[in-house]
This record gives sequence, structure tokens and C-alpha cells, in this order.
Amino acid sequence: MTGFGDAFAAAFGLIARMDADLVEIVGLSLRVTLSATLCACLLGFPLGAILAVGRFPGRGVLTVLVNALMGLPPVVVGLVVYLMLSRAGPFGALGLLYTPTAMIVAQTILVTPIIAALARQTVADLDAEYHETLRSMGAGAGARMRTLLWDGRFALMTAALAGMGRALAEVGAVMIVGGNIDHVTRVMTTAIALETSRGELTLALGLGIVLMVLSLALNALVMGARLSGARMSHA
Amino acid sequence: MRFPIFLALALTLSAPVRADDGFIVVQSTTSTRNSGLYDAILPQFTEETGIEVRVVAVGTGQALRNARNCDGDVLLVHARAAEEAFVADGYGLSRADLMYNDFVLVGPSDDPAQVAGTTGIAPALAAIADARAPFASRGDDSGTHKKERTLWTTARVDPSDASGTWYRETGSGMGATLNIASGMNAYTLTDRATWIAFSNRGDLRILSEGDPALFNQYGIIAINPDRCPDVKAAPARVFIDWLLSKAGQSAIAAYRRDDRQLFFPNAKGE
Repeated sequence: MTGFGDAFAAAFGLIARMDADLVEIVGLSLRVTLSATLCACLLGFPLGAILAVGRFPGRGVLTVLVNALMGLPPVVVGLVVYLMLSRAGPFGALGLLYTPTAMIVAQTILVTPIIAALARQTVADLDAEYHETLRSMGAGAGARMRTLLWDGRFALMTAALAGMGRALAEVGAVMIVGGNIDHVTRVMTTAIALETSRGELTLALGLGIVLMVLSLALNALVMGARLSGARMSHA
Repeated sequence: MRFPIFLALALTLSAPVRADDGFIVVQSTTSTRNSGLYDAILPQFTEETGIEVRVVAVGTGQALRNARNCDGDVLLVHARAAEEAFVADGYGLSRADLMYNDFVLVGPSDDPAQVAGTTGIAPALAAIADARAPFASRGDDSGTHKKERTLWTTARVDPSDASGTWYRETGSGMGATLNIASGMNAYTLTDRATWIAFSNRGDLRILSEGDPALFNQYGIIAINPDRCPDVKAAPARVFIDWLLSKAGQSAIAAYRRDDRQLFFPNAKGE
């Protein structure tokens, strides 16, 4: 059986010699996940703010829907995006299937509900707190949303991190729409799945450790930015 | 309404996108990738022709379905009847034999069903059914799964009645199924290339092999441009011709692992 010690050794070896394949795979993982998280933030933050502040019919239903979509199974998202981007599908002519773009699209769909739902909660809480002040200033809905989003920016970072964690960890969607093609669409999670299916459990676990280190580094980075940002705004 | 926005955003963010001309997509079975064959032969092809080959390795069943959706230029799988149906339905131009190897029955070394004493694959499977010993089936409509079902028929056993008891359908790829078999000390049918390249054997070893019924033929098919107008017919043809040529066939023959040849080229003629 595979020892965890061997796996740590494998992970350390991969990192220490800056294995060229590993660098490529990590780079693509970061590119896909960060792009998807950015897209999801651009969509999810305004959507969350509208759900929190807006007053329109169907708002309750939409809120429940967005919350429910946080549990979207990645395989289902992968399958739907595959059917959309397949040559036989409505967007087939774009030729996007089996490209990093397809993976970004799939992960954006997967992550947007998470970010929107968490942003909605953040903005709703702030709105409850500042509702009267903002109203007395005569701020319209649009201005209120902008103010509250800006005010909640540090909490929204956590929302973005939650979304990024989901994107970085999922394998079901990128496997189907990316195809796990060597040097083109192979990312950390699909590489781990491949090594597992080859019975190379030590290497698979080693890659898993590298992925964890990566996630740790990203989170530490954002936490650092958040802390120094908070210090500056209080100074 | 939202979808085009995603696309636009993703498109801008994922630039630079490489030009579409220099590569083809091969829908393939997993054994050829997991065994390392592509890593060995594709660089030679790309060097000679400048054509990059992108391999999407899924089970034969899924590869056939993806190809029917026109999501590939070449199909490389191992399920002759399904391949011929694919061509007969107009999705493929023509099918050619590419190479072969064989399937083997692996199982725990203490061999509770006493398979090692039988001759031929049908009595071996019948012994497993009699002993109700755990058997891990792919259960995913792959080439190996199709072969396994045919073999059960020749053994006059219908294992589907026992599904969930001793007959366990994993619904997974060959590697995942081997991992499961290794974990639960079950018997399973695998192609020899995946077996030789597989590292997590645990207590499993080959218990039945050599029956002519275990023959495993790989075929290659060009996707029909009449059905799929976006198919890259010209480079796909170059790839297929190369694999069937002396150069491609000897590249396949030259691929060895643990000092053993994994695939035996058998293209007809030149």
C-alpha cells in the first residue's frame, strides 16, 4: 500500500525540481480557476446585491433558486456545457469544446451561485444596518448597492475564496468539457484522476498535496491582502 | 441570456487562443492512453508532419457517442461490431484494423473460485459464478465491457441477476475498476496493456489467459465530413495513413513496457 510519507516525498520532489509538466498543469489550473472566479464575481456580486436590495416580484423564488444552485453537481454542469459546446450543440460552431475556455465557462456556471448567494447575505446584513442612513441621504437602489458592495468588500473576499475553492477542487466538469488533453486541458484535478486510474497512487497523492499547498498559498495571499486593507481603512 | 455573457467573458480572459489548424482531436479508448502508447508514438508523428494530436481518452462507448456528436476527427477504439455500425450509419468514412493485443482475467492470488485450474475463459467465468466469488465489471458500455458480456454469454451465465451481490458493476474506467478489484480482492477482465502498465495490483494476478476468445482488436476510423462539416478531414487522413504505414506500425511495435510489447500492429497491406 501507498505510504503517506512516500506521497509527501513525491510532492516535495515534484516541487523541488520544478517539474516542467507540473508547472504547466499548475499554471493552467490557476488560469482556469482564477478566470472563472473573476467571471463569477463580476456576475455574482451584482446579482447578490440586486437580490438583497431590489424589491421586485419573484425575488424570493430567485433567492431560493440561487441558494439551491450552490449544490450544483459539477458533472451535471460539465454535461450541460458539453451539450452546449458540442459540435452538435447550439454553440458548436465556436469550436470551444476541449479548450481551457470551455473549462472556464463550466466553472463560472458552477461558482456564480455560490458567490451570488454569499454576496446576497453580506449585502442584506449591511442593508439592515445602514438602511435608514442611506435612505435619509436619498440614495437610489443603484447607489445603495454600490455603497453596500464596497462596504462589504472584505466579506465579499471570503465569498470569492469560497467560490475559488470550489473551482480549484472540482474535477467532474473540467474532465468532461476539457477532455484532460495533455499540454492543452490537463489541470491538477484531472491529472490526479488520471494517475489514480493508472494505479500510480503515490504520484496521485503527491499531486493532491501540491494542490493543497497551492490552495493554502492562495488563501494566505487573500487573507494578507484583506488584513492590510482593513488596517489601511482604519488608519 | 446569461450564457453569451459567460462566453464573451471567458473568451476574452482565455486569450490567446491558438489557431485551429495545427491539431486534430482523437476520441479514444482509455487503454491506449493509460498504457503510455500515445506518449511514445505521438511525438514521432508530430515531428514528421507538424500536426498536433489531442487525445480525449474515454471509454469506447463514450468515444463513439462523442464522435457521433462530431466532437472529434478520428476515432480509435476496440469494439468491432459497434465500430462497423458507426461506419454503416454514415458517421465514419471507413474502418481499418490497427493493432491487437488480448484480454486477461485477473483475480486474487488465493483464487477462491479455482479459476487457475480451468482451461479457457468460459469455464473460468462459470467457475467464478458457481463460487459466487466477487467479480468487478466495468458496467460502462466500454469495449472491455462489451467483450465481457459476450464472454458471459458463451459461459452460459447471466450475471445481471447477481448484480449487487458477487457481480459488481463499477460503472468506471479500466483503471478505476482495477483499483476496486484490487481493494476488494475481486476478479476482473482487463486488456493486457492496461494491466502491464497498472501499478496498484495489490494481491491480483493473471489467472486465465490465452483463449482465442480473448483477442482484442483495435480499429481506427476517420469521421465522415459529410456528417460533420467541421471535421479536419485532411490532417485526420494523414494521421490514419501514418498509423497504418510502415512507420506508424513499427512505432506501435517498438513500444515496450517492462520489456514486454503491449500492442501488436496488424494493419492490412501498406
